[in-house]
Amino acid sequence: MMHKFRKKKAGGTPQISTASLPDIVFMLLFFFMVTTVMRETSLKVKVQRPAATEIQKLEKKSLVSYIYIGPPIKMLATLYGTEPRIQLDDAFATVDNIPEFVEKERKARNEAEVPYMTMSLKVDKEVRMGIVSDVKQELRKVNALKINYSTRKGDEVSGK
Amino acid sequence: MPKKKIRVSSDINAGSMADIAFLLLIFFLVTTTMDVDTGISIKLPPIPPDDQEPPPPIKERNVFVVLVNARDQLLVEGEWTNVNTLRTKTKKFLVNNGIDPNLSDSPDVAVVSLQNDRGTSYDMYIKVQNELKAAYNELRDDAAMNKYGKKFDKLNGEQQKEIRGIYPQKISEAEPKDVGSTL
Repeated sequence: MMHKFRKKKAGGTPQISTASLPDIVFMLLFFFMVTTVMRETSLKVKVQRPAATEIQKLEKKSLVSYIYIGPPIKMLATLYGTEPRIQLDDAFATVDNIPEFVEKERKARNEAEVPYMTMSLKVDKEVRMGIVSDVKQELRKVNALKINYSTRKGDEVSGK
Repeated sequence: MPKKKIRVSSDINAGSMADIAFLLLIFFLVTTTMDVDTGISIKLPPIPPDDQEPPPPIKERNVFVVLVNARDQLLVEGEWTNVNTLRTKTKKFLVNNGIDPNLSDSPDVAVVSLQNDRGTSYDMYIKVQNELKAAYNELRDDAAMNKYGKKFDKLNGEQQKEIRGIYPQKISEAEPKDVGSTL
């Protein structure tokens, strides 16, 4: 009678089946494929963001437009010099181009979403405030009042 | 007569499927940037219409004047200051509640006025902005702690509004001067 139950004991620990491994890997793969955001603009200016502690997350990425200000990257420095410049989308721009740019960004979005649009200023920390003030003034003129100074997290004041 | 080849569609070996998937997975793992955009949010004041009357003057004691020059030096209420002490000074000014005659009457009428030079570095500007914001945030946190035993961020909308009423963030930015850009 007893031998009926003893049968199973033979063979030690069974091998874990790896048949589901591809499925697991695919699942991870899809997750990363979906979450990956490829950078759409190639930076032509060098932007090293300053650090701050009182930062907020930018919630809706789709409502954010970026304005880059900084000295041209090394590759372009021979062509454009080292003076800070403004980059809108993929090209260098001047302060006068900003109203156009804002208008274009607004057109690309739903009318209801326009009041919630944020301009994110990605400015290099070496840049002087003059150019930043000019940009801010232009933004005020076209009534794009929500802005965000892009910073990284860190405390430089107390050196923590 | 040549023998006819019999084509047998043999099964493709699926064993390497996992390897291929791994390869793609690693590619996406490497290219993914999970960084969220963070920054200091501010709201610019709208440009006043030409026919608007000038606002009534604010009492001098309620204005906290912060000046930054082209050499990134800080002048707070006429006194040379290090950026390290700006936060404490701002807080002291805001919570004065009329005790010291040189400081504010109450937090809700106090205004922080920030003016920088066109030659001020962006780094310094952000530091000053950050310290001013931090002063307000710390006061709001304190008030929230006293009232509700929670930090300001954790309060609900109604409660946040109430605390904001006690400490409205009034940081006004004047048009930058252009003294130091030729330095």
